[in-house]
Amino acid sequence: MIIQADDPIVEIHDLTVSYDKKPVLWGVDLTLPKGQLIGIIGPNGAGKSTLIKAIMGLIPNSSGYIKLFDDELSNVRDRISYVPQRETVDWDFPASVMDIVLMGRYGKLGIFKRPRKVDREVALDSLRKVDLEGYKDRQISQLSGGQQQRVFLARALAQQADLYFMDEPFAGVDAATEKTIIKLLREMTERGNTVVVVHHDLQSVTQYFDWVLMLNMRLVASGPTAETFNTEMLQETYGGKLTLLSEVGNLLKQGAFPSREKNEQVKS
Amino acid sequence: MAMVGDAISHAVLPGIVLAFLITGSRDSVTMLIGAGTIGVLTTFLIEFFHKKGKLQTDASIGVTFTWLFAIGVILISVFAGKVDLDQDCVLYGEIAYVPIDLWITKAGVVMGPRVLYIAGTVLLIILAFIFIGYKELFLTTFDPSFATAIGISTITWHYLLMGAVSITTVASFESVGAILVVAFLIAPPATAYLLTENLVKMMIISSILGILISISGYYLAAGTDGSIAGAMAAMSGVFFGLAFLFAPKEGYIFKILKKQSAPTRLE
Ligand SMILES: Nc1ncnc2c1ncn2[C@@H]1O[C@H](COP(=O)(O)OP(=O)(O)O)[C@@H](O)[C@H]1O
Ligand SMILES: [Mg+2]
Repeated sequence: MIIQADDPIVEIHDLTVSYDKKPVLWGVDLTLPKGQLIGIIGPNGAGKSTLIKAIMGLIPNSSGYIKLFDDELSNVRDRISYVPQRETVDWDFPASVMDIVLMGRYGKLGIFKRPRKVDREVALDSLRKVDLEGYKDRQISQLSGGQQQRVFLARALAQQADLYFMDEPFAGVDAATEKTIIKLLREMTERGNTVVVVHHDLQSVTQYFDWVLMLNMRLVASGPTAETFNTEMLQETYGGKLTLLSEVGNLLKQGAFPSREKNEQVKS
Repeated sequence: MAMVGDAISHAVLPGIVLAFLITGSRDSVTMLIGAGTIGVLTTFLIEFFHKKGKLQTDASIGVTFTWLFAIGVILISVFAGKVDLDQDCVLYGEIAYVPIDLWITKAGVVMGPRVLYIAGTVLLIILAFIFIGYKELFLTTFDPSFATAIGISTITWHYLLMGAVSITTVASFESVGAILVVAFLIAPPATAYLLTENLVKMMIISSILGILISISGYYLAAGTDGSIAGAMAAMSGVFFGLAFLFAPKEGYIFKILKKQSAPTRLE
């Protein structure tokens, strides 16, 4: 079930992406609306990260094309922010929290220029928004998983973009941090920004997202959560994992979403 | 990174030899260009075998530099008779000869050790490179996908960095020889990494360590009447060992002490 957005901010046409000639995304065709909080869900290896990377031009398309703000990526880079999966970088790298957040300003600064005072102010402000102001001089190797994730988020905020792509911002984050982050993302969409988030936890989907995109190598569904997030689509996306599905089915029926308890992963 | 530097320091050998064979000149600029080219080629081959050949990075580095080094050695032995470029000189430039190898202008003015000028020029080039490209180097090393996403070419900066490593390596190679190149490429930064977590401080500490190692190594060699290169390499080991034991945060002894006192958890 694929519902098109009117006045789309992201347009993907017949996108196929392959690694070593082996396609991992097939014929993805969709549009995403402006100003919404959008979730990408699907099982492990479904191609969620791949879709975002393809949009960001990090991997070449085998076929199809992508338009952002009705334009090519290279013309609108400074309006787009990308938050990679946390594990893709080495957190033992000799850098402070401030160093990382300032990276969010590099795109605006341009090549060879050093961060100015305004950039530091924007970075500091971004840290304040994720409650990490007091950590600006902390080494990134000393942060917990949740704090690392918030540093990445602060870097994205420092970009002052209009459209955000975040790969699993809730992975390895405790419940309190998850709440802080989702509140922040909400505020961003209320200001008219568009936030696209790869998400793992089916239980919170209806709570969090206005629009949902269900993926399993091909696009199963894309549309407003209320219309698309149903048992049939979940069945199609997750295939045979029935125990999980019936659980989710029950949840959907009851409309109840039990609170979860996750432990923050502190790096030893 | 240390591995790549080590690899390049070996792999540039055929570059030096080829540059010499083609131009017939032993002047340093030729050598540096030859070596710089091969350095970038090495980086390219390592990436190529890793990405296309599905080799692990370390295997890919190993394969690349061993055969390039082998080619260099073969080239030298084949042409050794014809050219004034002996294996010892290229493989084991000798720091003890530095003061003898003078730069004398056509007018006959003695300008001092030739190596000083070469190494000095390379130092300026590298300093300028780091100063100008610090931000880009920092970002592309830490988070290449973010860098690419904001439009900074990760590949370009990677090659520039490897080119810089090659030039440094070769300039040093020619003057002080392989042992010291490898020792100084790895030991000072590894030691500095134990002492600080700030990249800029790390670079400064590495440089200071390099100087300390050189001076102490020299006096050790003078005192024991031994090889200068060997003594300096030994001193680099000593400094690393000291940092390993006594570094304020990462040090072995500090860690043991910390374990014994009440465990405080960093939030
Ligand atoms: N660099 C890569 N090389 C080869 N295959 C890859 C690479 N990255 C991902 N894949 C494969 O592509 C598929 C989709 O991966 P990914 O987009 O990371 O999934 P998800 O984020 O949904 O878990 C998986 O089967 C994965 O093994
Ligand atoms: Mg993923």
